[in-house]
Amino acid sequence: MSSSNTTTITPQGAPNRRNTELFLLGFAVLIPIFAYANVGLALNGSLPAGMLAYGLGLGAMALIAHLAVRRFAPYSDPLLLPVASLLNGLGLVLIWRLDQSPLLKRLGQGTGASTQLMWSTLGIILFVCVLIFIKDHRVLQRYTYISMVVALVLLAAPAFFPARAESFGAKIWIYIGPYSIQPGEFVKIIIAIFFAGYLMVKRDALALASRRFMGLYLPRGRDLGPILVVWALSILILVFETDLGTSLLFFGLFVIMLYVATERTSWIVFGLLMSAGGAAVVASFEPHVHQRVVAWLDPMAIFGPHPPPGLISDQAAQALFAFGSGGVLGSGLGQGHSDLIKFAAKSDFILGTVGEELGLCGMMAVFVLYALLVQRGMRTALAARDPFGKLLAVGLSGAFALQVFIVAGGVMNLIPLTGMTMPFLAQGGSSVITNWALVAILLKISDTARRPAPAPAPTTDAEPTQVVRL
Amino acid sequence: MSELTLTVMRLGFLAVLWLFVIVAVQVIRSDLFGTRVTQRAARRGSTSDRPPNQRQQQQPARQQNRPANNRQRRGAPTKLVVAEGSLAGTTVALQGQTITLGRAHDSTIVLDDDYASSRHARIYPDRDGQWIVEDLGSTNGTYMDRSRLTTPTPIAPGVPIRIGKTVIELRK
Repeated sequence: MSSSNTTTITPQGAPNRRNTELFLLGFAVLIPIFAYANVGLALNGSLPAGMLAYGLGLGAMALIAHLAVRRFAPYSDPLLLPVASLLNGLGLVLIWRLDQSPLLKRLGQGTGASTQLMWSTLGIILFVCVLIFIKDHRVLQRYTYISMVVALVLLAAPAFFPARAESFGAKIWIYIGPYSIQPGEFVKIIIAIFFAGYLMVKRDALALASRRFMGLYLPRGRDLGPILVVWALSILILVFETDLGTSLLFFGLFVIMLYVATERTSWIVFGLLMSAGGAAVVASFEPHVHQRVVAWLDPMAIFGPHPPPGLISDQAAQALFAFGSGGVLGSGLGQGHSDLIKFAAKSDFILGTVGEELGLCGMMAVFVLYALLVQRGMRTALAARDPFGKLLAVGLSGAFALQVFIVAGGVMNLIPLTGMTMPFLAQGGSSVITNWALVAILLKISDTARRPAPAPAPTTDAEPTQVVRL
Repeated sequence: MSELTLTVMRLGFLAVLWLFVIVAVQVIRSDLFGTRVTQRAARRGSTSDRPPNQRQQQQPARQQNRPANNRQRRGAPTKLVVAEGSLAGTTVALQGQTITLGRAHDSTIVLDDDYASSRHARIYPDRDGQWIVEDLGSTNGTYMDRSRLTTPTPIAPGVPIRIGKTVIELRK
């Protein structure tokens, strides 16, 4: 019997999946081109003129990103890049489709797609830069407190800039010449770095020093400090910038990361209570926030004989009409009337177009794509070996998920509407750049996590057996 | 553009979108990683230089071993217990497969024992389901009770077998 049967348990590294990624990426470029052709045929009865250039541009961007990943993060996750590219490509098509609307052209919003394409290119460049220059995500840990300061400055900055008429109340933009920046988007990444670095050091104190009360671990009073500070800051954002989205994202991200770091459900309970309480109080006296709440409670009241004084726009109602007229299978690309949402149809309300033209079916596909992106981020967190990488991956994908929830919930009237953008899909330079950087950092973490372990050190096999001396 | 074409494109686009999602989920499915439990056919001495998963080769080996498994007699030992040594208390279920003992990391029971050889001994069932212990040319020898083994020897349940500082027994 020369062969015997043994059972062994070996750690199995994930294989290098770059070819799978390339295949998916090709798929992810073809889908938006198909959509582009579809919009052109539906609107003008002919293939759009810029189709070849658009397809080549999108393909070139995807290829550059792919080559950078192949070179600088060869073991990273195969899904993140294709899904992000697909969402970005779909977003470009939807914006281009809304550009064609005569109604929006009359409002002076006819050139969204070319600007967005420029921002996407910048986003890809930043993506490649992050892959090249951040050799190891752990270097970010050194900037824990610097990133805290930068994040606070960026969060506070819009409050000190004069608001402009077109921002409609929420002060979340900084205007530099003709361009506007939404610093809240960049803060998403920076604050995740700070929370990850901070919680990695402090999580034991936050997790272990607690008393058990009614099935919940209650933290000591002094350990409540950080959460109270972050809560106070998010309330201040809500008051001074009147933006529920940034405030919710900021606080929600902290609660998510606190929960992941300490495994204590009590933090979630505290977080929910505190944010709900704070938002309710602020909504009662801050006019802009109150207006959003009024629009949330009864968006159709604007069509009534006596619209409530706070309600000034029929956007929310039009978005709901768009979802309704889309039905299950949608009206088809280019055949909807989501341009009736008018202002912000391409940014905050882009989901209205998705819901109308692709229907519930397409909407669900888009949500599943977002879910896949978040899931890959969480999987990266599970696979990461260092606590900082774990927390950072959770934070980044958590922020992404939270943002999708806040925007989708707002557009669908589940929660009050906020001034945030749907990642990758919506028009907005800051958003698309930030999200490409976010994906690049996740890829970098997953590259480290999935890199096969180095060959084990020589084991005891090599040592000679000691001889028993009789 | 005709209504029909647009309808086909509309449904086609949704189908393509979902196809992407399904392909992506398939990629995730094939991408699961972590630790993998591999049943492998191992040839003594050449195990370490073989790739960990060679599915084609493990199939015949399994079939070879199955008859021995089926023919397990009533009253035969069902587990191997480490009675002394650094692994004391460890039990391994006997399921008709060969158990190798030694310090080599690919042994079934990896002994952390300076007085054991890399590949010290093996325990296997013969055709009748009787468990046999065989010394694999170890430095310090394998002892059953007080006598050093020179040939493959059937093991009676409860008889201590000494390997270096480790003592194992078969139990029911």
